[in-house]
Amino acid sequence: MSDMQDYKSSLSEASSRKFETFSYLPAMTAEQTRVQIEYVVSKGWNPGIEHTEPENAMSNYWYMWKLPMFGETDVDAILAEIENCHKAHPDNHVRLLGFDNFKQSAGASMVIYRGKTV
Amino acid sequence: MAGNKYNAGVKEYRETYWMPEYTPKDTDILACFKITPQDGVPREEVAAAVAAESSTGTWTTVWTDLLTDLDYYKGRAYAIEDVPGDDTCFYAFIAYPLDLFEEGSIVNVLTSLVGNVFGFKALRALRLEDIRFPIAYVMTCNGPPQGIQVERDIMNKYGRPMLGCTIKPKLGLSAKNYGRACYEGLRGGLDFTKDDENVNSQPFMRWRHRFDFVMEAIHKAEAETGERKGHYLNVTAPTADEMMKRAEYAKEIGAPIIMHDYLTGGFSANTQLAQWCQNNGMLLHIHRAMHAVLDRNPHHGIHFRVLTKCLRLSGGDHLHSGTVVGKLEGDREATLGWIDIMRESFIKEDRSRGIFFDQDWGAMPGVIPVASGGIHVWHMPALVNIFGDDSVLQFGGGTLGHPWGNAAGAAANRVAVEACVEARNMGRELEKEGKDILNSAAKHSPELKMAMETWKEIKFEFDTVDKLDVAHK
Repeated sequence: MSDMQDYKSSLSEASSRKFETFSYLPAMTAEQTRVQIEYVVSKGWNPGIEHTEPENAMSNYWYMWKLPMFGETDVDAILAEIENCHKAHPDNHVRLLGFDNFKQSAGASMVIYRGKTV
Repeated sequence: MAGNKYNAGVKEYRETYWMPEYTPKDTDILACFKITPQDGVPREEVAAAVAAESSTGTWTTVWTDLLTDLDYYKGRAYAIEDVPGDDTCFYAFIAYPLDLFEEGSIVNVLTSLVGNVFGFKALRALRLEDIRFPIAYVMTCNGPPQGIQVERDIMNKYGRPMLGCTIKPKLGLSAKNYGRACYEGLRGGLDFTKDDENVNSQPFMRWRHRFDFVMEAIHKAEAETGERKGHYLNVTAPTADEMMKRAEYAKEIGAPIIMHDYLTGGFSANTQLAQWCQNNGMLLHIHRAMHAVLDRNPHHGIHFRVLTKCLRLSGGDHLHSGTVVGKLEGDREATLGWIDIMRESFIKEDRSRGIFFDQDWGAMPGVIPVASGGIHVWHMPALVNIFGDDSVLQFGGGTLGHPWGNAAGAAANRVAVEACVEARNMGRELEKEGKDILNSAAKHSPELKMAMETWKEIKFEFDTVDKLDVAHK
Protein backbone atom coordinates (compact mmCIF):
# COMPACT_ATOMS: atom_id res chain seq x y z
CA MET A 1 0.00 0.00 0.00
CA SER A 2 2.84 2.42 0.82
CA ASP A 3 3.79 2.95 -2.82
CA MET A 4 0.17 3.46 -3.84
CA GLN A 5 -0.63 7.08 -4.55
CA ASP A 6 -3.85 8.81 -3.48
CA TYR A 7 -5.76 10.62 -6.23
CA LYS A 8 -5.91 14.21 -5.03
CA SER A 9 -9.20 15.66 -6.11
CA SER A 10 -12.16 16.95 -4.13
CA LEU A 11 -15.00 19.43 -4.06
CA SER A 12 -13.14 21.57 -1.53
CA GLU A 13 -9.87 21.61 -3.46
CA ALA A 14 -10.20 24.28 -6.18
CA SER A 15 -7.29 22.90 -8.17
CA SER A 16 -9.48 19.87 -8.96
CA ARG A 17 -11.50 22.00 -11.37
CA LYS A 18 -10.51 21.39 -15.00
CA PHE A 19 -11.48 23.12 -18.22
CA GLU A 20 -11.64 20.50 -20.96
CA THR A 21 -9.05 19.92 -23.70
CA PHE A 22 -5.42 20.24 -22.59
CA SER A 23 -6.35 21.02 -18.98
CA TYR A 24 -4.77 17.74 -17.84
CA LEU A 25 -1.41 18.87 -19.24
CA PRO A 26 0.85 21.51 -17.68
CA ALA A 27 0.13 25.06 -18.93
CA MET A 28 1.68 25.50 -22.37
CA THR A 29 4.77 27.61 -22.95
CA ALA A 30 4.54 30.55 -25.34
CA GLU A 31 6.17 28.44 -28.04
CA GLN A 32 3.76 25.52 -27.53
CA THR A 33 0.81 27.91 -27.68
CA ARG A 34 2.08 29.38 -30.93
CA VAL A 35 2.30 25.91 -32.52
CA GLN A 36 -1.28 25.11 -31.51
CA ILE A 37 -2.49 28.37 -33.03
CA GLU A 38 -0.58 27.54 -36.22
CA TYR A 39 -2.54 24.26 -36.28
CA VAL A 40 -5.88 26.11 -36.01
CA VAL A 41 -4.86 28.41 -38.84
CA SER A 42 -3.60 25.52 -41.00
CA LYS A 43 -7.01 23.82 -40.73
CA GLY A 44 -8.72 26.92 -42.11
CA TRP A 45 -10.67 27.47 -38.88
CA ASN A 46 -11.68 30.94 -37.72
CA PRO A 47 -10.01 31.90 -34.45
CA GLY A 48 -12.28 33.18 -31.70
CA ILE A 49 -11.35 34.36 -28.22
CA GLU A 50 -13.63 33.98 -25.19
CA HIS A 51 -13.19 34.49 -21.47
CA THR A 52 -15.05 33.80 -18.25
CA GLU A 53 -14.84 34.08 -14.51
CA PRO A 54 -13.62 30.61 -13.43
CA GLU A 55 -16.73 30.12 -11.29
CA ASN A 56 -18.90 30.34 -14.42
CA ALA A 57 -16.79 28.11 -16.63
CA MET A 58 -19.51 25.41 -16.89
CA SER A 59 -21.68 27.75 -18.97
CA ASN A 60 -21.86 27.25 -22.73
CA TYR A 61 -21.59 30.96 -23.23
CA TRP A 62 -18.35 32.53 -22.15
CA TYR A 63 -17.92 36.24 -22.94
CA MET A 64 -16.79 36.82 -26.51
CA TRP A 65 -13.74 39.02 -26.76
CA LYS A 66 -14.81 41.12 -29.72
CA LEU A 67 -15.99 39.06 -32.69
CA PRO A 68 -14.32 35.88 -33.97
CA MET A 69 -11.33 36.81 -36.13
CA PHE A 70 -12.83 35.63 -39.41
CA GLY A 71 -10.21 34.88 -42.02
CA GLU A 72 -7.31 35.83 -39.74
CA THR A 73 -4.24 33.72 -40.48
CA ASP A 74 -1.55 35.85 -38.81
CA VAL A 75 -0.52 33.97 -35.68
CA ASP A 76 1.03 37.12 -34.15
CA ALA A 77 -2.21 39.03 -34.59
CA ILE A 78 -4.13 36.23 -32.86
CA LEU A 79 -1.60 36.04 -30.03
CA ALA A 80 -1.78 39.82 -29.57
CA GLU A 81 -5.55 39.70 -29.29
CA ILE A 82 -5.38 36.87 -26.71
CA GLU A 83 -2.93 39.03 -24.79
CA ASN A 84 -5.29 42.03 -24.93
CA CYS A 85 -8.13 39.92 -23.59
CA HIS A 86 -5.95 38.59 -20.78
CA LYS A 87 -4.81 42.11 -19.80
CA ALA A 88 -8.39 43.32 -19.67
CA HIS A 89 -9.51 40.28 -17.62
CA PRO A 90 -6.45 39.03 -15.74
CA ASP A 91 -8.39 36.76 -13.35
CA ASN A 92 -10.43 35.02 -16.02
CA HIS A 93 -9.93 31.89 -18.09
CA VAL A 94 -9.14 32.94 -21.65
CA ARG A 95 -9.70 30.36 -24.36
CA LEU A 96 -9.05 30.15 -28.04
CA LEU A 97 -11.58 28.44 -30.28
CA GLY A 98 -11.13 27.35 -33.88
CA PHE A 99 -14.55 27.69 -35.50
CA ASP A 100 -15.16 25.19 -38.29
CA ASN A 101 -18.00 26.75 -40.26
CA PHE A 102 -18.45 23.66 -42.45
CA LYS A 103 -19.09 21.38 -39.49
CA GLN A 104 -20.74 24.16 -37.46
CA SER A 105 -18.55 23.14 -34.58
CA ALA A 106 -15.29 24.07 -32.96
CA GLY A 107 -12.37 22.04 -34.28
CA ALA A 108 -10.27 23.28 -31.39
CA SER A 109 -10.93 24.78 -27.98
CA MET A 110 -8.17 25.42 -25.47
CA VAL A 111 -7.68 27.60 -22.44
CA ILE A 112 -4.57 29.72 -23.01
CA TYR A 113 -4.63 31.75 -19.80
CA ARG A 114 -5.79 29.85 -16.75
CA GLY A 115 -7.65 31.89 -14.16
CA LYS A 116 -7.64 30.86 -10.52
CA THR A 117 -10.17 28.04 -10.20
CA VAL A 118 -12.73 28.10 -7.41
CA MET B 1 -51.48 -4.33 -75.78
CA ALA B 2 -51.73 -8.08 -75.43
CA GLY B 3 -50.25 -9.53 -72.23
CA ASN B 4 -48.26 -12.70 -71.72
CA LYS B 5 -49.90 -16.15 -71.70
CA TYR B 6 -49.77 -18.14 -68.46
CA ASN B 7 -47.43 -21.15 -68.59
CA ALA B 8 -47.28 -23.10 -65.34
CA GLY B 9 -44.03 -24.79 -64.32
CA VAL B 10 -40.47 -23.98 -63.29
CA LYS B 11 -38.52 -21.51 -65.40
CA GLU B 12 -34.80 -20.90 -65.19
CA TYR B 13 -34.21 -17.84 -63.03
CA ARG B 14 -31.76 -16.32 -65.48
CA GLU B 15 -34.45 -15.90 -68.13
CA THR B 16 -36.12 -13.33 -65.91
CA TYR B 17 -33.64 -12.05 -63.35
CA TRP B 18 -30.21 -11.96 -65.09
CA MET B 19 -29.97 -8.62 -66.88
CA PRO B 20 -26.35 -7.77 -67.70
CA GLU B 21 -27.55 -4.94 -69.97
CA TYR B 22 -29.35 -3.18 -67.09
CA THR B 23 -27.99 0.19 -65.95
CA PRO B 24 -28.92 0.75 -62.29
CA LYS B 25 -31.01 3.83 -61.58
CA ASP B 26 -30.01 6.47 -59.04
CA THR B 27 -33.07 5.48 -57.02
CA ASP B 28 -32.36 1.72 -56.95
CA ILE B 29 -31.19 -0.02 -53.82
CA LEU B 30 -28.05 -1.89 -54.88
CA ALA B 31 -26.58 -4.91 -53.17
CA CYS B 32 -23.35 -6.82 -53.56
CA PHE B 33 -23.50 -10.46 -52.49
CA LYS B 34 -20.60 -12.87 -52.25
CA ILE B 35 -22.02 -16.15 -53.51
CA THR B 36 -20.55 -19.61 -52.98
CA PRO B 37 -22.63 -21.81 -55.31
CA GLN B 38 -23.14 -25.55 -55.21
CA ASP B 39 -20.93 -27.38 -57.69
CA GLY B 40 -22.02 -27.30 -61.31
CA VAL B 41 -24.55 -24.45 -61.06
CA PRO B 42 -23.70 -21.64 -63.54
CA ARG B 43 -22.88 -18.26 -61.98
CA GLU B 44 -25.56 -16.36 -63.89
CA GLU B 45 -28.23 -18.79 -62.77
CA VAL B 46 -27.22 -18.51 -59.10
CA ALA B 47 -26.96 -14.73 -59.24
CA ALA B 48 -30.40 -14.57 -60.86
CA ALA B 49 -31.78 -16.92 -58.21
CA VAL B 50 -30.48 -14.66 -55.45
CA ALA B 51 -32.06 -11.64 -57.18
CA ALA B 52 -35.35 -13.51 -57.47
CA GLU B 53 -35.46 -14.91 -53.95
CA SER B 54 -34.55 -11.56 -52.39
CA SER B 55 -37.25 -9.73 -54.34
CA THR B 56 -40.37 -10.90 -56.16
CA GLY B 57 -39.66 -14.50 -57.06
CA THR B 58 -40.63 -17.89 -55.80
CA TRP B 59 -39.57 -21.32 -57.06
CA THR B 60 -42.35 -21.69 -59.62
CA THR B 61 -44.36 -19.47 -61.89
CA VAL B 62 -47.77 -18.53 -60.42
CA TRP B 63 -50.77 -17.13 -62.29
CA THR B 64 -50.91 -14.04 -60.09
CA ASP B 65 -47.52 -13.01 -61.55
CA LEU B 66 -49.52 -11.90 -64.56
CA LEU B 67 -51.73 -9.55 -62.53
CA THR B 68 -48.79 -7.21 -61.97
CA ASP B 69 -45.89 -5.69 -63.83
CA LEU B 70 -43.33 -8.14 -62.58
CA ASP B 71 -40.69 -6.79 -64.93
CA TYR B 72 -40.89 -3.51 -63.04
CA TYR B 73 -40.87 -4.91 -59.50
CA LYS B 74 -38.25 -7.64 -59.88
CA GLY B 75 -34.68 -7.48 -58.56
CA ARG B 76 -32.12 -7.54 -61.34
CA ALA B 77 -28.77 -9.30 -61.22
CA TYR B 78 -26.75 -6.94 -63.43
CA ALA B 79 -23.09 -7.87 -62.89
CA ILE B 80 -20.82 -10.66 -61.78
CA GLU B 81 -17.19 -10.35 -60.67
CA ASP B 82 -14.45 -12.68 -59.50
CA VAL B 83 -13.48 -12.53 -55.85
CA PRO B 84 -9.74 -11.76 -55.78
CA GLY B 85 -7.82 -14.69 -54.40
CA ASP B 86 -10.80 -17.03 -53.97
CA ASP B 87 -12.18 -19.25 -56.76
CA THR B 88 -14.89 -20.85 -54.64
CA CYS B 89 -17.12 -17.78 -54.80
CA PHE B 90 -17.96 -14.68 -56.82
CA TYR B 91 -19.61 -11.29 -56.36
CA ALA B 92 -23.08 -10.70 -57.75
CA PHE B 93 -24.49 -7.17 -58.02
CA ILE B 94 -28.25 -6.81 -57.77
CA ALA B 95 -30.47 -3.76 -58.25
CA TYR B 96 -33.85 -3.43 -56.54
CA PRO B 97 -36.45 -0.82 -57.47
CA LEU B 98 -37.17 1.57 -54.61
CA ASP B 99 -40.86 0.62 -54.45
CA LEU B 100 -40.00 -2.79 -53.02
CA PHE B 101 -39.24 -1.28 -49.62
CA GLU B 102 -41.31 0.52 -47.02
CA GLU B 103 -40.02 4.02 -46.34
CA GLY B 104 -37.81 4.37 -43.26
CA SER B 105 -37.83 0.62 -42.53
CA ILE B 106 -34.48 -1.10 -42.13
CA VAL B 107 -36.55 -4.04 -40.92
CA ASN B 108 -38.22 -4.32 -44.31
CA VAL B 109 -34.98 -3.93 -46.29
CA LEU B 110 -33.28 -6.67 -44.30
CA THR B 111 -36.26 -9.00 -44.39
CA SER B 112 -35.95 -8.98 -48.19
CA LEU B 113 -32.23 -8.84 -48.69
CA VAL B 114 -31.14 -11.27 -45.97
CA GLY B 115 -34.35 -13.26 -45.68
CA ASN B 116 -35.25 -16.63 -47.19
CA VAL B 117 -32.52 -16.30 -49.78
CA PHE B 118 -29.86 -17.17 -47.18
CA GLY B 119 -31.27 -20.67 -46.80
CA PHE B 120 -31.52 -21.29 -50.52
CA LYS B 121 -30.33 -24.78 -51.47
CA ALA B 122 -28.51 -23.80 -54.68
CA LEU B 123 -26.08 -21.88 -52.49
CA ARG B 124 -23.43 -23.32 -50.28
CA ALA B 125 -22.95 -19.94 -48.63
CA LEU B 126 -24.01 -16.34 -49.12
CA ARG B 127 -22.71 -13.08 -47.75
CA LEU B 128 -24.16 -9.61 -48.11
CA GLU B 129 -21.04 -7.50 -48.65
CA ASP B 130 -22.49 -4.04 -49.16
CA ILE B 131 -25.70 -2.11 -49.85
CA ARG B 132 -26.00 1.21 -51.66
CA PHE B 133 -28.92 3.10 -50.15
CA PRO B 134 -30.04 5.77 -52.61
CA ILE B 135 -30.40 9.25 -51.14
CA ALA B 136 -34.12 8.97 -51.91
CA TYR B 137 -34.34 6.15 -49.36
CA VAL B 138 -31.89 7.70 -46.88
CA MET B 139 -34.14 10.74 -46.59
CA THR B 140 -37.05 8.57 -45.45
CA CYS B 141 -35.07 7.38 -42.41
CA ASN B 142 -34.75 9.20 -39.13
CA GLY B 143 -31.05 8.52 -38.64
CA PRO B 144 -28.88 9.39 -35.62
CA PRO B 145 -30.86 11.21 -32.92
CA GLN B 146 -28.37 14.06 -32.51
CA GLY B 147 -25.20 13.55 -34.53
CA ILE B 148 -21.58 14.40 -33.89
CA GLN B 149 -21.77 18.18 -33.82
CA VAL B 150 -24.75 18.25 -31.45
CA GLU B 151 -23.08 15.75 -29.14
CA ARG B 152 -19.98 17.95 -28.93
CA ASP B 153 -22.17 20.92 -28.00
CA ILE B 154 -24.16 18.94 -25.41
CA MET B 155 -21.06 17.47 -23.80
CA ASN B 156 -18.79 20.51 -24.36
CA LYS B 157 -15.96 18.40 -25.83
CA TYR B 158 -13.96 19.92 -28.67
CA GLY B 159 -10.70 19.25 -30.44
CA ARG B 160 -10.02 15.76 -29.11
CA PRO B 161 -11.43 12.24 -29.00
CA MET B 162 -13.74 11.60 -26.05
CA LEU B 163 -12.82 9.04 -23.41
CA GLY B 164 -15.00 6.27 -22.06
CA CYS B 165 -14.75 3.26 -19.81
CA THR B 166 -16.87 0.15 -19.52
CA ILE B 167 -17.47 -0.77 -15.91
CA LYS B 168 -16.18 -4.19 -14.87
CA PRO B 169 -16.81 -6.82 -13.68
CA LYS B 170 -19.53 -7.07 -16.29
CA LEU B 171 -21.96 -8.68 -13.89
CA GLY B 172 -22.48 -9.01 -10.19
CA LEU B 173 -21.89 -5.56 -8.68
CA SER B 174 -24.54 -3.94 -6.51
CA ALA B 175 -25.88 -0.60 -7.73
CA LYS B 176 -24.04 1.36 -5.08
CA ASN B 177 -20.69 -0.28 -5.74
CA TYR B 178 -21.28 0.12 -9.46
CA GLY B 179 -21.92 3.85 -9.05
CA ARG B 180 -18.66 4.08 -7.10
CA ALA B 181 -16.74 2.59 -10.02
CA CYS B 182 -18.36 5.16 -12.35
CA TYR B 183 -17.65 8.07 -10.04
CA GLU B 184 -13.97 7.15 -9.71
CA GLY B 185 -13.54 6.97 -13.46
CA LEU B 186 -15.35 10.23 -14.13
CA ARG B 187 -13.55 12.26 -11.46
CA GLY B 188 -10.25 11.04 -12.87
CA GLY B 189 -10.95 12.69 -16.22
CA LEU B 190 -13.17 10.43 -18.33
CA ASP B 191 -16.04 11.93 -20.30
CA PHE B 192 -18.20 8.81 -20.18
CA THR B 193 -18.58 5.56 -18.34
CA LYS B 194 -20.62 2.74 -19.79
CA ASP B 195 -22.91 -0.10 -18.79
CA ASP B 196 -21.62 -3.34 -20.12
CA GLU B 197 -23.97 -4.75 -22.76
CA ASN B 198 -25.26 -7.57 -20.62
CA VAL B 199 -26.07 -5.26 -17.73
CA ASN B 200 -29.83 -4.86 -18.13
CA SER B 201 -31.84 -5.41 -14.95
CA GLN B 202 -30.71 -8.51 -13.15
CA PRO B 203 -31.60 -9.59 -9.62
CA PHE B 204 -28.25 -8.38 -8.23
CA MET B 205 -28.78 -4.85 -9.62
CA ARG B 206 -32.16 -3.68 -10.89
CA TRP B 207 -32.04 -0.95 -13.50
CA ARG B 208 -33.64 1.74 -11.42
CA HIS B 209 -31.17 1.54 -8.57
CA ARG B 210 -28.34 1.60 -11.05
CA PHE B 211 -29.70 4.70 -12.77
CA ASP B 212 -30.08 6.54 -9.44
CA PHE B 213 -26.62 5.76 -8.11
CA VAL B 214 -24.93 6.46 -11.44
CA MET B 215 -26.61 9.87 -11.67
CA GLU B 216 -25.23 10.80 -8.28
CA ALA B 217 -21.79 9.76 -9.54
CA ILE B 218 -22.18 12.01 -12.58
CA HIS B 219 -23.35 15.00 -10.57
CA LYS B 220 -20.57 14.75 -8.07
CA ALA B 221 -17.86 14.23 -10.69
CA GLU B 222 -19.15 17.24 -12.62
CA ALA B 223 -19.07 19.45 -9.55
CA GLU B 224 -15.61 18.23 -8.64
CA THR B 225 -13.96 18.55 -12.06
CA GLY B 226 -15.99 21.39 -13.58
CA GLU B 227 -16.46 19.28 -16.73
CA ARG B 228 -19.51 17.62 -18.26
CA LYS B 229 -19.89 13.89 -17.76
CA GLY B 230 -22.17 11.12 -18.89
CA HIS B 231 -22.83 7.41 -18.44
CA TYR B 232 -24.44 5.21 -21.09
CA LEU B 233 -27.45 3.90 -19.19
CA ASN B 234 -28.36 0.66 -20.91
CA VAL B 235 -32.10 0.61 -21.56
CA THR B 236 -32.04 -2.64 -23.57
CA ALA B 237 -34.99 -4.62 -22.22
CA PRO B 238 -37.14 -7.68 -22.86
CA THR B 239 -39.94 -5.63 -24.43
CA ALA B 240 -40.08 -2.31 -26.24
CA ASP B 241 -42.49 -0.99 -23.61
CA GLU B 242 -40.05 -1.77 -20.85
CA MET B 243 -37.21 -0.22 -22.87
CA MET B 244 -39.19 3.02 -23.24
CA LYS B 245 -39.99 3.04 -19.52
CA ARG B 246 -36.28 2.93 -18.69
CA ALA B 247 -35.50 5.60 -21.29
CA GLU B 248 -38.16 7.90 -19.84
CA TYR B 249 -36.72 7.50 -16.36
CA ALA B 250 -33.20 8.24 -17.59
CA LYS B 251 -34.49 11.48 -19.06
CA GLU B 252 -36.42 12.32 -15.90
CA ILE B 253 -33.27 12.16 -13.77
CA GLY B 254 -31.28 14.25 -16.24
CA ALA B 255 -29.01 11.66 -17.88
CA PRO B 256 -27.53 13.00 -21.12
CA ILE B 257 -27.07 9.65 -22.84
CA ILE B 258 -28.62 6.18 -22.90
CA MET B 259 -27.62 2.96 -24.58
CA HIS B 260 -29.13 0.18 -26.65
CA ASP B 261 -27.99 -3.11 -28.17
CA TYR B 262 -29.35 -2.81 -31.70
CA LEU B 263 -28.92 -6.36 -32.96
CA THR B 264 -30.14 -8.34 -29.97
CA GLY B 265 -32.77 -5.67 -29.21
CA GLY B 266 -33.84 -5.57 -32.82
CA PHE B 267 -34.27 -2.86 -35.44
CA SER B 268 -37.89 -2.02 -34.63
CA ALA B 269 -37.00 -1.29 -31.03
CA ASN B 270 -33.84 0.56 -32.02
CA THR B 271 -35.58 2.80 -34.54
CA GLN B 272 -38.32 3.59 -32.05
CA LEU B 273 -35.79 4.45 -29.36
CA ALA B 274 -33.70 6.59 -31.73
CA GLN B 275 -36.74 8.63 -32.73
CA TRP B 276 -37.67 9.09 -29.10
CA CYS B 277 -34.11 10.23 -28.34
CA GLN B 278 -34.29 12.80 -31.09
CA ASN B 279 -37.57 14.15 -29.74
CA ASN B 280 -36.28 14.21 -26.18
CA GLY B 281 -32.79 15.63 -26.61
CA MET B 282 -31.04 12.43 -25.55
CA LEU B 283 -27.84 10.96 -26.98
CA LEU B 284 -27.92 7.28 -27.93
CA HIS B 285 -24.96 4.94 -27.59
CA ILE B 286 -25.22 1.73 -29.59
CA HIS B 287 -23.60 -1.55 -28.71
CA ARG B 288 -23.35 -4.36 -31.28
CA ALA B 289 -23.59 -7.70 -29.43
CA MET B 290 -24.22 -10.53 -31.91
CA HIS B 291 -22.48 -8.77 -34.78
CA ALA B 292 -19.67 -11.33 -34.97
CA VAL B 293 -22.24 -14.08 -35.44
CA LEU B 294 -23.33 -12.28 -38.59
CA ASP B 295 -20.15 -10.70 -39.89
CA ARG B 296 -17.15 -12.84 -39.02
CA ASN B 297 -17.39 -15.68 -41.54
CA PRO B 298 -15.89 -14.39 -44.81
CA HIS B 299 -18.26 -16.55 -46.91
CA HIS B 300 -21.56 -16.32 -45.09
CA GLY B 301 -23.59 -13.69 -43.30
CA ILE B 302 -23.67 -9.90 -43.40
CA HIS B 303 -20.57 -7.73 -43.54
CA PHE B 304 -20.20 -5.20 -40.71
CA ARG B 305 -20.18 -2.31 -43.19
CA VAL B 306 -23.79 -3.25 -44.01
CA LEU B 307 -24.68 -3.42 -40.32
CA THR B 308 -23.05 0.01 -39.94
CA LYS B 309 -25.19 1.51 -42.69
CA CYS B 310 -28.30 -0.08 -41.20
CA LEU B 311 -27.53 1.44 -37.81
CA ARG B 312 -26.91 4.90 -39.23
CA LEU B 313 -30.33 4.73 -40.89
CA SER B 314 -32.12 3.19 -37.90
CA GLY B 315 -30.47 5.68 -35.56
CA GLY B 316 -27.66 5.90 -33.02
CA ASP B 317 -25.07 8.51 -32.05
CA HIS B 318 -22.27 6.10 -31.13
CA LEU B 319 -21.45 2.70 -32.58
CA HIS B 320 -18.73 0.26 -31.63
CA SER B 321 -16.33 -0.05 -34.52
CA GLY B 322 -13.50 -2.26 -33.34
CA THR B 323 -10.13 -0.81 -32.41
CA VAL B 324 -7.74 -2.17 -35.04
CA VAL B 325 -5.16 -2.47 -32.23
CA GLY B 326 -6.94 -4.20 -29.35
CA LYS B 327 -8.09 -7.71 -28.46
CA LEU B 328 -10.98 -8.02 -30.93
CA GLU B 329 -11.12 -8.82 -34.63
CA GLY B 330 -10.89 -6.14 -37.34
CA ASP B 331 -8.46 -5.40 -40.12
CA ARG B 332 -7.20 -1.87 -40.48
CA GLU B 333 -8.30 -0.91 -43.99
CA ALA B 334 -11.73 -2.48 -43.59
CA THR B 335 -12.18 -0.70 -40.26
CA LEU B 336 -11.21 2.64 -41.81
CA GLY B 337 -13.85 1.90 -44.45
CA TRP B 338 -16.72 1.50 -42.03
CA ILE B 339 -15.53 4.39 -39.86
CA ASP B 340 -15.96 6.56 -42.96
CA ILE B 341 -19.40 5.04 -43.47
CA MET B 342 -20.32 6.11 -39.94
CA ARG B 343 -19.05 9.67 -40.06
CA GLU B 344 -18.78 11.08 -43.58
CA SER B 345 -21.49 12.61 -45.73
CA PHE B 346 -20.33 11.01 -48.99
CA ILE B 347 -18.18 7.88 -49.28
CA LYS B 348 -16.74 6.89 -52.63
CA GLU B 349 -16.44 3.32 -53.84
CA ASP B 350 -13.06 2.05 -52.66
CA ARG B 351 -12.31 -1.63 -53.06
CA SER B 352 -9.08 -1.27 -51.06
CA ARG B 353 -11.33 -0.55 -48.08
CA GLY B 354 -14.00 -3.05 -49.08
CA ILE B 355 -16.47 -0.37 -50.16
CA PHE B 356 -18.38 -1.51 -53.23
CA PHE B 357 -20.60 1.50 -53.90
CA ASP B 358 -20.64 5.27 -53.61
CA GLN B 359 -22.83 6.13 -50.63
CA ASP B 360 -24.47 9.52 -50.30
CA TRP B 361 -25.91 10.31 -46.85
CA GLY B 362 -27.04 13.80 -47.76
CA ALA B 363 -28.00 15.76 -44.67
CA MET B 364 -28.13 12.73 -42.37
CA PRO B 365 -25.92 13.29 -39.27
CA GLY B 366 -22.95 11.04 -38.61
CA VAL B 367 -22.33 8.39 -35.98
CA ILE B 368 -19.30 8.53 -33.67
CA PRO B 369 -17.20 5.35 -33.82
CA VAL B 370 -16.37 3.84 -30.44
CA ALA B 371 -13.07 2.01 -30.14
CA SER B 372 -13.41 -0.42 -27.28
CA GLY B 373 -11.90 -3.72 -26.23
CA GLY B 374 -8.48 -4.62 -24.87
CA ILE B 375 -6.86 -1.22 -25.26
CA HIS B 376 -4.61 0.70 -22.85
CA VAL B 377 -2.41 3.79 -22.76
CA TRP B 378 0.26 2.33 -25.00
CA HIS B 379 -2.32 2.09 -27.77
CA MET B 380 -3.25 5.77 -27.44
CA PRO B 381 -0.94 7.19 -30.15
CA ALA B 382 -2.19 4.69 -32.73
CA LEU B 383 -5.82 5.19 -31.70
CA VAL B 384 -5.65 8.99 -32.00
CA ASN B 385 -4.01 8.60 -35.40
CA ILE B 386 -6.49 6.03 -36.70
CA PHE B 387 -9.72 7.45 -35.29
CA GLY B 388 -9.05 11.20 -35.17
CA ASP B 389 -11.07 13.56 -32.98
CA ASP B 390 -14.60 12.40 -33.81
CA SER B 391 -14.42 9.21 -31.80
CA VAL B 392 -14.81 7.74 -28.34
CA LEU B 393 -11.81 5.78 -27.11
CA GLN B 394 -13.02 3.40 -24.50
CA PHE B 395 -10.74 1.74 -21.99
CA GLY B 396 -12.30 -0.82 -19.65
CA GLY B 397 -9.55 -2.90 -18.08
CA GLY B 398 -7.18 -0.16 -19.28
CA THR B 399 -8.77 2.22 -16.77
CA LEU B 400 -10.05 -0.02 -13.99
CA GLY B 401 -6.96 -2.21 -13.94
CA HIS B 402 -4.64 0.62 -12.91
CA PRO B 403 -2.78 -0.39 -9.73
CA TRP B 404 -3.98 2.77 -7.96
CA GLY B 405 -7.61 2.47 -9.01
CA ASN B 406 -10.06 3.92 -11.52
CA ALA B 407 -9.41 7.61 -10.92
CA ALA B 408 -5.69 7.18 -11.52
CA GLY B 409 -6.39 4.97 -14.53
CA ALA B 410 -8.73 7.60 -15.95
CA ALA B 411 -6.23 10.40 -15.36
CA ALA B 412 -3.53 8.37 -17.10
CA ASN B 413 -5.72 7.97 -20.18
CA ARG B 414 -6.76 11.61 -20.16
CA VAL B 415 -3.17 12.85 -19.94
CA ALA B 416 -2.17 10.42 -22.68
CA VAL B 417 -4.94 11.46 -25.08
CA GLU B 418 -4.26 15.15 -24.57
CA ALA B 419 -0.53 14.64 -25.05
CA CYS B 420 -1.19 12.76 -28.28
CA VAL B 421 -3.56 15.43 -29.60
CA GLU B 422 -1.09 18.18 -28.74
CA ALA B 423 1.69 16.27 -30.50
CA ARG B 424 -0.46 15.56 -33.56
CA ASN B 425 -1.36 19.25 -33.83
CA MET B 426 2.36 20.03 -33.75
CA GLY B 427 2.79 17.81 -36.79
CA ARG B 428 4.47 14.89 -35.02
CA GLU B 429 3.88 11.36 -36.33
CA LEU B 430 2.04 9.60 -33.54
CA GLU B 431 2.61 6.00 -34.49
CA LYS B 432 6.35 6.55 -34.94
CA GLU B 433 6.99 8.87 -32.00
CA GLY B 434 4.35 7.51 -29.66
CA LYS B 435 6.80 6.25 -27.08
CA ASP B 436 8.57 9.62 -26.78
CA ILE B 437 5.30 11.48 -26.58
CA LEU B 438 3.97 9.28 -23.78
CA ASN B 439 7.28 9.27 -21.91
CA SER B 440 7.50 13.03 -21.79
CA ALA B 441 3.83 13.35 -20.77
CA ALA B 442 4.46 10.86 -17.96
CA LYS B 443 7.04 13.19 -16.44
CA HIS B 444 4.16 15.35 -15.24
CA SER B 445 1.78 12.52 -14.47
CA PRO B 446 2.66 9.78 -11.99
CA GLU B 447 -0.65 8.09 -12.92
CA LEU B 448 0.42 7.81 -16.55
CA LYS B 449 3.89 6.65 -15.60
CA MET B 450 2.39 3.89 -13.48
CA ALA B 451 -0.01 2.87 -16.26
CA MET B 452 2.85 2.62 -18.73
CA GLU B 453 4.77 0.37 -16.36
CA THR B 454 1.73 -1.83 -15.78
CA TRP B 455 0.78 -2.51 -19.39
CA LYS B 456 4.03 -2.25 -21.28
CA GLU B 457 4.26 -5.94 -22.09
CA ILE B 458 0.73 -6.59 -23.37
CA LYS B 459 0.46 -7.22 -27.10
CA PHE B 460 -2.24 -8.65 -29.36
CA GLU B 461 -0.86 -10.19 -32.49
CA PHE B 462 -3.40 -12.80 -33.60
CA ASP B 463 -4.11 -12.88 -37.32
CA THR B 464 -7.44 -11.54 -38.56
CA VAL B 465 -9.89 -14.26 -39.62
CA ASP B 466 -12.00 -12.06 -41.88
CA LYS B 467 -9.60 -10.26 -44.19
CA LEU B 468 -10.52 -8.06 -47.11
CA ASP B 469 -10.75 -9.94 -50.39
CA VAL B 470 -7.44 -9.16 -51.99
CA ALA B 471 -5.25 -11.75 -53.64
CA HIS B 472 -3.60 -13.29 -50.60
CA LYS B 473 -3.35 -16.85 -51.85
